[in-house]
Amino acid sequence: MKSVIAENLVKTYDKGKVRALDGLSLDVEEGTVLSVLGPNGAGKTTVVRILTTLLRADSGSASVAGIDVIKNPEKVREVIGLSGQYAAVDEILTGYDNLVMFGELYHLGKKQAVVRANELLERFSLTEAAKRPIKTYSGGMRRRLDLAASLIVKPKVLFLDEPTTGLDPRGRQEMWGVIQELVKGGVTLLLTTQYLEEADQLADDIAVIDTGKVIARGTSDALKKQVGGERLEVVVEQVHVAKTMEIVAAVSGHKAALDEGLRLISAPVSTGSAALFEVLKALDSAGIHALDVGLKRPSLDDVFLSLTGHAAEEKKEEIAEKKRGRK
Amino acid sequence: MSAVNDIYIITRRQLLLLSRVPEVLIFSTIQPVMFVLLFRYVFGGSISTGQPGGYVQLLMPGIFVQTVAFTLAGTASGLAEDMKKGLIDRFRSLPISQSALVIGRTLGDSLLNIVVLAVMGIAGYIVGWRPSAGLATVALGFLFLLFFGYALSWVGVLVGLSASDARVVQNVSFIVTFPLTFLSNAFAPTTGMPRALQYFAEWNPVSTMVAACRELFGLENQFGATAGSFPSEHPLTTSLIYMLIIMLIFIPLSLRKYRNYAD
Repeated sequence: MKSVIAENLVKTYDKGKVRALDGLSLDVEEGTVLSVLGPNGAGKTTVVRILTTLLRADSGSASVAGIDVIKNPEKVREVIGLSGQYAAVDEILTGYDNLVMFGELYHLGKKQAVVRANELLERFSLTEAAKRPIKTYSGGMRRRLDLAASLIVKPKVLFLDEPTTGLDPRGRQEMWGVIQELVKGGVTLLLTTQYLEEADQLADDIAVIDTGKVIARGTSDALKKQVGGERLEVVVEQVHVAKTMEIVAAVSGHKAALDEGLRLISAPVSTGSAALFEVLKALDSAGIHALDVGLKRPSLDDVFLSLTGHAAEEKKEEIAEKKRGRK
Repeated sequence: MSAVNDIYIITRRQLLLLSRVPEVLIFSTIQPVMFVLLFRYVFGGSISTGQPGGYVQLLMPGIFVQTVAFTLAGTASGLAEDMKKGLIDRFRSLPISQSALVIGRTLGDSLLNIVVLAVMGIAGYIVGWRPSAGLATVALGFLFLLFFGYALSWVGVLVGLSASDARVVQNVSFIVTFPLTFLSNAFAPTTGMPRALQYFAEWNPVSTMVAACRELFGLENQFGATAGSFPSEHPLTTSLIYMLIIMLIFIPLSLRKYRNYAD
């Protein structure tokens, strides 16, 4: 059974000038984890906001746990948990106060809310910090508390919008551990991320989105295969970049991608070392000395690069601002 | 009755926040206390009133009204803060009454006003304010003030939800409340103002509120009544009408804004 279905969602801002979602469709099978992967401004947050009833789509349809998001938003709110990009808790209040308050808002009753708050604090290793105001917490602790707040009533579908954005490596590792625990417990999860590694680690299924559309969908392995096995990578001096891109593209038969900072040119190849040899020969006859050259097993980064033609963290323009919808 | 429960919890949150940051309370009372001292001792000496008990009797109702008028800014900046931190998203994704957050916010801010007014009343007493009406009538005056603050706090909801950040909210609220409180009969008689301004001052809700409070506190209202306009002759009725109008306009607008705030 599908726990989340989104069909043809369109959302525009500024009277149609910014198309945050452009006919986006996706679904999540019950008990599985879907990662929505894309750069800033791709429309990740907008999808989550529509599915969690915070935002109305211009057109298209969506349902969560079989409930229509547009027609029955109140019912949807009863079965979802949401943890956003910001730790949405009261900074001045303690972790305990926050959880008890949210428990009461879920109509648990004071007594039950206290029990549940203590359980969750224990489970997310926050018992020691329970009576301290949130403003004394580390970034990782805040996110864990925010996650705890979204789990007060066991949600049928959990939405995590960039749960590790802005965390240091340690905080990210902790958060991954917590999410993996949840996944083992069989939660249905839709997770957005701009970290390819995160999607690879946590998700059964990945939907790659760019400019408001899903551009690829599948397991991490399937996506890697889609890129065509290995990639050929060449690093050259700046002056040779353009010519080298032509050569690599000719050998590969695909458009070559460029990482400008590293002057690294890459393209998918299917003939392995033969392609490597061919490129070296072509570079040699063009008088180009390669600083580094090699074959690489594809990573999700490569998947993204070959699907979108740009690296995953490239576009951080105004759309990221707009998608939040706060004027 | 789960909506009532939701509102109750949000209101309690507000008070809990307040108890953890007592500075908010201190700063919301320091400014009006400064106004009391300024007008009582600096300007008050040059304003002749003919009022038994002196200028301070007329001044205090003005200060009270000005104090509750600043509720607008408090509500607005509080909501803008919540919005910035993503808290509004969280509340809106919960299975609670969708208006609970804003209603709870306005109620919480009114409860804060009770405390602030109590402090102001004591400050007034210290500098010589002695209402001559009976206790019940004076209490009614304070109830009236709370009600006015509550109505304005709904204007604050709309301002808070419409603004892009908390600093803008502060400025907008100031631009709204500052002229309203000074182009009125709160601190000086309107008789000295140019004719056009007199009309504005007499119809200004702050003036009608101040005049109404003066009446309830047992004073003749010598600061208005120059043009013989309806508001200066019936300040209580006019104030009530103003409050109802403000709420009839701003409650639905604010609730609608809250429901659609991200669209």
